Amino acid sequence: MNQTKEKKLKKIAKNIRLGILEEVHAASSGHPGGSLSIADILAYLYWEEMNVRPDEPDWADRDRLVLSKGHTAPAIYAALAEKGYLPKEDLKGFRQIDSYLQGHPDMKHTPGVDMTTGSLGLGVSASDGMALSAKVAKKDYRVYAIVGDGESEEGQVWEAAMFAAHYKLDNLCWILDLNGLQIDGKITDVIDPTPHDKKFEAFGWNVLRADAHDFASLEAAFKAAKKCKGKPSVIIADSIKGKGVSFMENQVGWHGKAPNDEQYAAAVAELNAAE
Amino acid sequence: MADKIATREAYGNALAEFGEKYDFVVLDADLAEATKTGVFKKKFPDRFFDCGIAEGNMVSVAAGIATTGMNVFCSSFAMFAAGRAFEQVRNSIGYPHLNVKIGATHAGISVGEDGATHQCLEDIALMRTIPGMVIINPADAVEARAAVEWALNYKGPVYLRFGRLAVPVIFDREKYVFEMGKNTRLTRGRDVTIYASGLTVGISLDAAKLLKKEGIKARVVNVATIKPIDEAEIISSAKQTGAIVTVEEHNVIGGLGEAVCGVTAANCPVPVIRVGTNDVFGKSGKVPALLKEYGLTAENVAEKAKEALALKKKLARK
Repeated sequence: MNQTKEKKLKKIAKNIRLGILEEVHAASSGHPGGSLSIADILAYLYWEEMNVRPDEPDWADRDRLVLSKGHTAPAIYAALAEKGYLPKEDLKGFRQIDSYLQGHPDMKHTPGVDMTTGSLGLGVSASDGMALSAKVAKKDYRVYAIVGDGESEEGQVWEAAMFAAHYKLDNLCWILDLNGLQIDGKITDVIDPTPHDKKFEAFGWNVLRADAHDFASLEAAFKAAKKCKGKPSVIIADSIKGKGVSFMENQVGWHGKAPNDEQYAAAVAELNAAE
Repeated sequence: MADKIATREAYGNALAEFGEKYDFVVLDADLAEATKTGVFKKKFPDRFFDCGIAEGNMVSVAAGIATTGMNVFCSSFAMFAAGRAFEQVRNSIGYPHLNVKIGATHAGISVGEDGATHQCLEDIALMRTIPGMVIINPADAVEARAAVEWALNYKGPVYLRFGRLAVPVIFDREKYVFEMGKNTRLTRGRDVTIYASGLTVGISLDAAKLLKKEGIKARVVNVATIKPIDEAEIISSAKQTGAIVTVEEHNVIGGLGEAVCGVTAANCPVPVIRVGTNDVFGKSGKVPALLKEYGLTAENVAEKAKEALALKKKLARK
């Protein structure tokens, strides 16, 4: 990946992270850890990968993104604001009674949100439906879904995996955010859903691996996914929960907790100081 | 009267018939033979997708299809479509108010021999609690066919409830027009109103005949749309007859009876006796025996109508 592109994506990801922190801090509520872990993935998807029109969010032939791990709504809202779907000042309203930015993504009220999600396991099935519909209607848009590693403990994820492979949905690409932590602790301690690669392979998927915080690595994986015909692709993205804010990184306690004023200031300062 | 036909049969035939006229896809969860979506599958194999035994996934897949603007039906037994997949129906379809039609068959006690695990007596209660969900429970094959065509033209979530058992054809296909949210009065009478839905319409019409022999004129009203309920008609019948019996193939908790009570209690309180399963599970058996066991017979409905009438008279004396 050339340096200009990488520099651009880094700046966008930083702004997404700043937006995430602004949202959860203003709301005193929300999920920063898993939002920060997917900031780079969202930057890559919206600025390099997906064919979308921020001024026409419902454009019929757009690529779709389902944030199946819907609790990381702050991340998609920040990305949509950065991309021009929403006014950036609206991020402050996140989770507030008079705002359209609901605690979990709501497609009816937020431009750019392609599916209402929040209850884990449901979003990936909806992504299957969108991809199937494209096949039936002979349209060439692609469908992406971001699924959590903890979320992969839901049986419905594997029902959806079976369905996508059976119907050869090669226009579908899931990104599994493998940050290793869930509310009750390490995923391998709570109820071990690994190894994801072998499971998806057994389910008939094209399995790819990427570093969730390295744009060149993401680029290689997304390009390989696009080339694969006859089966759906999953990118298992090794990520760091809380990425970018040192005191949140790999700390399970930051799954669903908002920073106080002091912590917020420190987090913003750290992100701004980074190159 | 024409031959008996199950509403699920009419559902499958309607999907196949309207497949020519309308563009839509159909999903099922390994029950296409029983739900009768198999009739559609045979005619339009490219527009039918079996999801296997994974109802939750099927419902959310249907929601995803609907987001793209494609019309979609999904089918399973009521137990699994409304019961197992309740949360998917609520969160994937109901909350975003997506245009998905749920064709739920084998609802109620008339599933018969399969017994309690498969006899869904709570689907109406579950679906009523989802904001914006339309619930249609057709009384016969004519109404089922018309409801399917109505649903194809409606944009929003619809739960269509069909039965396993063959039931008499009540309506004239040439004349029948389905109007969502409208009750239809099938007999004239001012002594008592009998609200029926689905399979209980035929039973209630027979009950009215028994009552007539005793000089009691019962107004039998078909409630094809359970949500939104026809408040105006219920208030009018409550005022005109002053006594009500509701008859449903469902638990009396949360179903048709409570929907009717909700309207009368707030607008025109009159005695309402609810006939249905009384907070119990079903069991295996032949359908006629089961219907008798749970009070879904013309004789019992007539008896309850007389009780409602007696309550009305008692209240009038006070």
